[in-house]
Formats: sequence, structure tokens, C-alpha cells
Amino acid sequence: MEFFRIKKDIPFMRHALVFNAISALTFVAAVFFLFHNRLHLSIEFTGGTVIEVQYQHAADLEKIRGAVAGIGYEHPEVTSFGTARDVMLRLPITGAAGKDAAGASARVFDALCKADNGSIKRMDTTTDKGEQVTKDACMDAAGKEAVVLHKVEFVGPQVGEELAQNGMNALAMVVVGVMIYLAIRFEWKYAVSAIIANLHDVVIILGFFAFFQWEFSLTVLAAVLAVLGYSVNESVVIFDRIRENFRKQRKASVHEVIDNAITSTISRTIITHGCTQMMVLSMLVFGGPTLHYFALALTIGICFGIYSSVFVAAAVAMWLGVKREDLIKPVKEKDETDGAVV
Amino acid sequence: MNRYPVWKYIVIAIAVLLGALYTAPNYFGESPALQVTSGKSTVKIGSDLTAQVEQVLKQENLKADGVMLDGEGSHVSVRARFFDTDTQFKAKLALEHALNPDPSDPSFIVTNNLTANTPAWMQKIRALPMYLGLDLRGGVHFLMQVDVKAALEKRVAGIQTSVRATLRDKNIRHAGIERKDNTVEVKFRDDDTRKKARAALADMQELVMTDAADGADLKLVLSLKPAALKEAMDNGVKQNIATLSKRVNELGVAEPVIQQQGTDRIVVELPGVQDVARAKSIIGRTATLEVRMVDESVVPGTELQSAVPFNSELFTVGKGVPVVLYKDSVLTGDYISRATASFDQNHNAAVSIDLNGDGGRKMRDATRDRVGKKMAIVLYEQKGKPEVLSVATIQSELGSSFQITGMGNSENAAELALLLRSGALYAPMTVIEERTVGPALGAENIQKGKMSMIYGFAAIAVFMVFYYMLFGAFSVLALAVNLLLLMALLSRMQATLTLPGIAAIALALGMAIDANVLINERIREELRKGNSPQAAIADGFRHAWDTIIDSNVTTLIVGIALYVFGSGPVRGFAVVHCLGILTSMFSAVFVSRGVVNLWYGRKKKLQSVSIGTVWVPGQSK
Repeated sequence: MEFFRIKKDIPFMRHALVFNAISALTFVAAVFFLFHNRLHLSIEFTGGTVIEVQYQHAADLEKIRGAVAGIGYEHPEVTSFGTARDVMLRLPITGAAGKDAAGASARVFDALCKADNGSIKRMDTTTDKGEQVTKDACMDAAGKEAVVLHKVEFVGPQVGEELAQNGMNALAMVVVGVMIYLAIRFEWKYAVSAIIANLHDVVIILGFFAFFQWEFSLTVLAAVLAVLGYSVNESVVIFDRIRENFRKQRKASVHEVIDNAITSTISRTIITHGCTQMMVLSMLVFGGPTLHYFALALTIGICFGIYSSVFVAAAVAMWLGVKREDLIKPVKEKDETDGAVV
Repeated sequence: MNRYPVWKYIVIAIAVLLGALYTAPNYFGESPALQVTSGKSTVKIGSDLTAQVEQVLKQENLKADGVMLDGEGSHVSVRARFFDTDTQFKAKLALEHALNPDPSDPSFIVTNNLTANTPAWMQKIRALPMYLGLDLRGGVHFLMQVDVKAALEKRVAGIQTSVRATLRDKNIRHAGIERKDNTVEVKFRDDDTRKKARAALADMQELVMTDAADGADLKLVLSLKPAALKEAMDNGVKQNIATLSKRVNELGVAEPVIQQQGTDRIVVELPGVQDVARAKSIIGRTATLEVRMVDESVVPGTELQSAVPFNSELFTVGKGVPVVLYKDSVLTGDYISRATASFDQNHNAAVSIDLNGDGGRKMRDATRDRVGKKMAIVLYEQKGKPEVLSVATIQSELGSSFQITGMGNSENAAELALLLRSGALYAPMTVIEERTVGPALGAENIQKGKMSMIYGFAAIAVFMVFYYMLFGAFSVLALAVNLLLLMALLSRMQATLTLPGIAAIALALGMAIDANVLINERIREELRKGNSPQAAIADGFRHAWDTIIDSNVTTLIVGIALYVFGSGPVRGFAVVHCLGILTSMFSAVFVSRGVVNLWYGRKKKLQSVSIGTVWVPGQSK
């Protein structure tokens, strides 16, 4: 089976200007949404408390909101996720109740329990596997657990600031590291164009997150950086081909060399990304809420990664004026027989 | 040309075997177990307890699937594994009864637990199941900020006291001692006295002394040397960790993690604990120490029979030796600024104690007239009975720093020093991050992670075989080896596996296939050019190698950046990401080449290879 039956080199570079204009537009739109809508940052960055509880029956969000407001939280964010029984509460760190934020989980759980006519009792059970479990459980009159606490996450404000700072540091380190590597391995023009192309992907992913107000967490940041590295791969593969072609096709113009490089790698590009995307799709479908945004960020990143490395990176390199002489040292000119790969 | 020397096949075989061996523990599951931990800070757990537990079980005719000593440092526990929960239940009762003669004052804590079913020989070669993060197994995570300023203040206050005491002892008249920020300022009326004071204080080596003038007054400014300053802050954190470790032991948690993070933070992870409220209260608990005099009006040996005087109390030391102490304490643990194990002039094991605040003066007043008498150190914990740590004879008048002996050996001395330090939290702490995950959610997360990996892998496998035929199958085989090696590495390194970590495994597989696609595409291209199959295979692998290196380096940069700057689950992601790159380089290039060579390498007159359709422009096929 062969998907790609390409007879002649596709003249990608002839339309470079058009593609660059499209990129620029998307980029500007992404930046606009980033500044206009802002990212919906998770509590890891802002500080605050997230509590996930599960009810016996479909949860009454209004009642929960009332209960939480009753103990001093002004604008509690109460949403159901997954099923109607699962509820996620997001409590800010500001306000009167936010002061003793570390104790928030206990107070909120208490309030939720009372709102559901339950009372907190100590439960000491042993699971059928033999693990001893002791916890304060919320029991209703019938002796069932009315509200089950699934997850609590509290992040103090100082930690949040640090995590945001560390995130920026990680991004900076990736950008600088990749650029240095490419500059050594190829030439600065390639380094610059690869980074421009891939940062453009990053900004577009962030733009999507800002536009749809998807939650931006540390895991998403990890996904964004992973995609950055992954897309750089893409550009590297194409640059590798460009270098090889410069050696082999002595007569060809820069245009032709780039076109040929992209054409001969396009099938690999699509297949690889397709495979990775299959894995990511599987995460999106089966991975549950924790991996949802992670997989989403990867999906956008992979799609734009193909686009940017094919249409943007090579084009930027071309505008920057890559030449045969940049990559092939004159000394090596003598070596005609083995020009393929060093 | 496509032949590997035998040793390369051996390397591959060994790698796969080791991979299988170290991945295996993950499939054994867990069985019911009992964990015995120390219930008191003075009770140490060693191999003698293992023997005792074995004996108790034998007596009661309960069959255990192994009793072993587990953990290290301050988290030692004895674990007994059972075949069924019924035996576990009976054994628990038996052990509790046998180990704790006095149920109101238990020396040991017996908790129900789950232990990995890994065979003993596997455990010996450290083949263990993967270490799951809290988001996968449930539990509590706290990040606590230690108030190092308070620790420092304590230390400086201690210096102030000892300076005052030294000057008084040497009869050097000063015009006042003040504490300013992290320095102690001593005022003098004339320069002569100041010089004398300087000489007198020269013994305190951790101090830097500088002369200063404040109007008419002459001052001597004492500050801690940078090294000592750092040590004081470090000690604050370390002592808090020591205290926390002891307290956490009491919770009977299987594998607690208590670590310093950065300069002034402590991470506490208690896997499996659901009772956050209790965990919090125990972690925040305070314990105190007291120094008391022994009431010698009671004749030694008759403590149990004779009436205890009105202002005295009866205590027991260690294993039931009675002692009568005065109710009034000489001083409390709050005054202890430092305690270290050392040796006295006769080379007996000793603990050197530095007091701060008014502790030095109190101690001096109390011991001046009591040389030759006995003094006891009592540990109070919020709940439970007070405990006498040691009874020692006062050899001479004691000041702000003194030694106590009578511990027997240096190990006990170190233990006592630690206890004295860790009796109470040294510096106050605040919780700045808390994460609780229920065990049900953890199990669900594992399930979801697994599902996405299995389906993703299956989809890729089907596609690869469909598209590249036999070469696709080789690639899938290499990918499977990659997964095996990655899991083996994670198990062997005991790196924490989190949900993002599982995602990283899936992603690593999705990205690792890239190398194989590159190779396969390259081989097709060579074939398209009209090269012979053998040459195409050789060239394909050779050309692809450079590209694979390049692209993996950039991914590795990302992994390292995330590891350096990431925390918690993201760090778990980074570890897997980096490891995945290394294993994929090995499996995609080395292993898949090996398989291809094995299959095609021997065929000299190879006409075609099964790599799917090789479409050549101009040919219709």
C-alpha cells in the first residue's frame, strides 16, 4: 500500500508567501485571544483549592453552591464533570474563607455533608484485599456514604507563582537548547527558522486554550513543550534532507532543493504524525478528564506541527537566505563520491 | 552485508530477558499483609522483632508467606505476608496481643496492609513493581514551608544566652546584650573590656566578631558565620524532617516519603492514607522534653513498694525499671538549641546538648548543689504516657552546654541526640500545598492510562503491519521491546509513575514509531531508485540513523527542561519522556535492524522484501 504517489516535486516554495500570510493571520488571532480572553489557568498556577466529590444521586449544583457560599466563599465555581454525580468545586484563595486555605478541604466537606443531611463519622473498614482503611466519611441516615471525597488539591499562592515561573523557565530552556543544538548541527538560519515555526505552534495552541477557555494546567504545559520538541523533529528531518540535497543536486536552485526535500519527506511526515495522533486520540477517548486537555493540546500541536514544519520552517529558512555554502564547507567539495551523509 | 555478529544478537537477547525479568514484578499483584512499626520513638525495630513475629505466628499456628524486615532509616517495619485475609485477621489479634503486653501503652503498631507478591528471589535482585505516584494509588501529599527565620531566631537567642553566661563567668562587665536581626550586640564602656570579651568569646568558633561604635558606646557585634548560618537553617529543616518521620511512623503508612525540597520546604507523601484530618493533626503535633531530678529519698529498688512522695511521680525507664522523679521540671525541651552525639573525656558515648534562652542559667542553678545526684530526661508526647529516656549522674555543675552519658554505645547516643532534637518541631511549618486522591480514583486512573495505551498501541500496530507488511511487523516488534524495556527501567529505577507518566509512555510509543517510519520510508525510497533489496536495507538504516539522532536530541532537550523545572506529576512525565527516548533509540534502530538482519540477512539472492507497495513513478501497479 502506498498513499503517496507523487510524480513530480510539489512546488511548495512557490506558494510560500501565501502560507506565510495564513500563518501570520492565525498567529495574530491567537495572540489576540491570548490577550483578550486570557488563559484559564488551573489552580496550580493561581493558587486555590479544587475538590472533587461524588454523590449517590445526580448532584444538585445550586444546593452545593449555596452550601459553599454559606461558609464564606463568594464565587465558588461548581461544575459537574464526567457524570452528573461527580462534582468539581474550585475555590479561590482570596476572600475571607480563603485565608485559612489549608484547612479549606475539611470545612467544605463538612458543609457539603451537612447540606446533604449527612453527618461525618469515623469509618474503619478493611477492604476485601486486606488493606485497612480509616477515614472520616459522610454518612446519611441510611448508613450509606452520601458524599465521597475523591480528590483534594490545595496550592498556596507562593507555590503557584513559582510554578508559573518554572514553566516559563522550562520554555526558555527548551527554546535556547534547541536553537543551540540546531545552530551547531546545521546553521543559525535553520535554528532561527525552526524556532519561529515551532513557537508559532505553541502560540496557536495557547490561542486555542484561551479562545475555548480550556483549563491550562501543568500537564498541558508539559504537552505543549513535548509538542514543541516533536515539531522541531519535523523541521530537523526536512533540514536534513535539504542538506543532503544541497550535496547531491549541485545544479538545482535553492527553491528546487527545498521543494524536493519536502516532497520526499512528506509521506514520512504524514505517517509518523498519523501514528502519534492515533495514540493521542486513544488518550483523548479513554484517558478520562485528567488527560483530556493534555491530549487536546497534543492534537492541536501535532496538526499545526505538520503545517508549520512543511510550510513555515522551510519558507522562513528560504527568506533568511539559506545557501549551499552555508552547510557544505568548501573543503568537502572534493569529496564527490560519498556526498550522502557524514 | 546485512549480518550482525553474534554478540549483537546476544546483547539484544540479554536486554529483552532483563526487560522481561524486571517488568515481571508488576504482574504478581498484592496479597494481604501485616505491618509492624514502632509505636514509640524509643522502640527500635530490628531483626530481633522479625524473629519475634515469626515465633508468635508459629505459636498460634498461623501460616505466613514470609516475614521480612523492610525499609531503611527511620521507616523500618516488619512485614508478614499472608495467603488470605482470614489468617491476616487472626494474626493481627495475635501479634497485637503478644507484642503489646500493655494495650493502653502500645510499643508496636500493627496495621493491615497490602504487600507486593513478588517472589523473594526477585526482591533480592531488586526487581520490584513500579513505584506508583499518589494520583495512581491514592493518598495524601503535603508540601510544607518551614519558617527558617524562626529557626534562626532560636539559634541566635541561644547564642545570646551563652554569651551572657560566658561573660558573667569570666567576670567581664558589659553594658547590655541585645539581639538585632540575626546578630547579637554587646555594649562595653571601654575598649579594654571589649578586648577581654573578645578573648573570652574566642571559643565560640561559629561566630564572627566585629567592633563597632554606637555614639559613645563601644560595641562588639557577633554574627553567625555564613556556613553556620546555613547550618542553622538546614538544621531547622532537618530536625523538622526527623520529627515528622517519627510521627509518620505512627500512622503505619507503608511507604511514606518525607523529603526536603529546596532550601526550606518539606514534602510529605503518605500513600494509601485517606484520613487527611488525622494525618494533618499528627504531622502538626508537638512533643516536648523535660529534665527532672530523681527523688533519691526513695531507696532504689523499693520504688514499686514504697509510697511515692507527694511532690514526686513514678516512671519507668526503658523496659520496666522504675524510677521516682520530682514533679517540678528543671527545664523543658524548648530550651534545647542543639543536641549531637559525641564522646566524653573517657571516650564513653555521650550526647552534647546546647541550651538557649534562659536554659543555661536554669540548668546551672539546678545542678550547682546536686553534683553526684541523678537527673532524668522525660519525653512527653501529646497523647500517651510520658517516657523516661535516660537517667544520668550529674558529674559537675552544668551550664548552657553539657553532656549526658549513660547511653551505653554510640548508636544509642545518636538516637538520643536525634530524639532530643526531634522531640518537638524545631521551627513552625505551614501547609502550602495539599493533594488528596481517593484510592478508587487512583485505580480508575491506572485503568484509563492502560486503556489508552493498549488501544493506541493496537491502532499503530494494525496500521504498520497493513502499510509496511513484514517490515511493519518488525517495527511493531521493536515497539513492543521498547515498551518492555521502558517498563523494566521504570521498575528498576523505582521512579515514581504518575498519570502524566503513563501518558508519557503512550506518547513515547507514538513518537518512537517515527524512527521506524523513517527507516521504512528510506528503504522504500532506495528500492524505488532501483537498488537491490540488500543494499536498500543497509542504506535505509544508515541514512535514517542521522535523522533519528537529530530528532531525538531535540526531544531529549524538552525532557531535561521539564525535569529540571517541573515538579510533582510533570517531573514524572519528564522522567518517562527521557527514558522513552533512550529505549526507543535502542529498540527502533538496534533491535529492529537485528530482526531484519536475522530474517533477510542470510538470503544472498534476495529478490524482494516485504515492505508494502513500492511505487515507482511511471509504473502502474
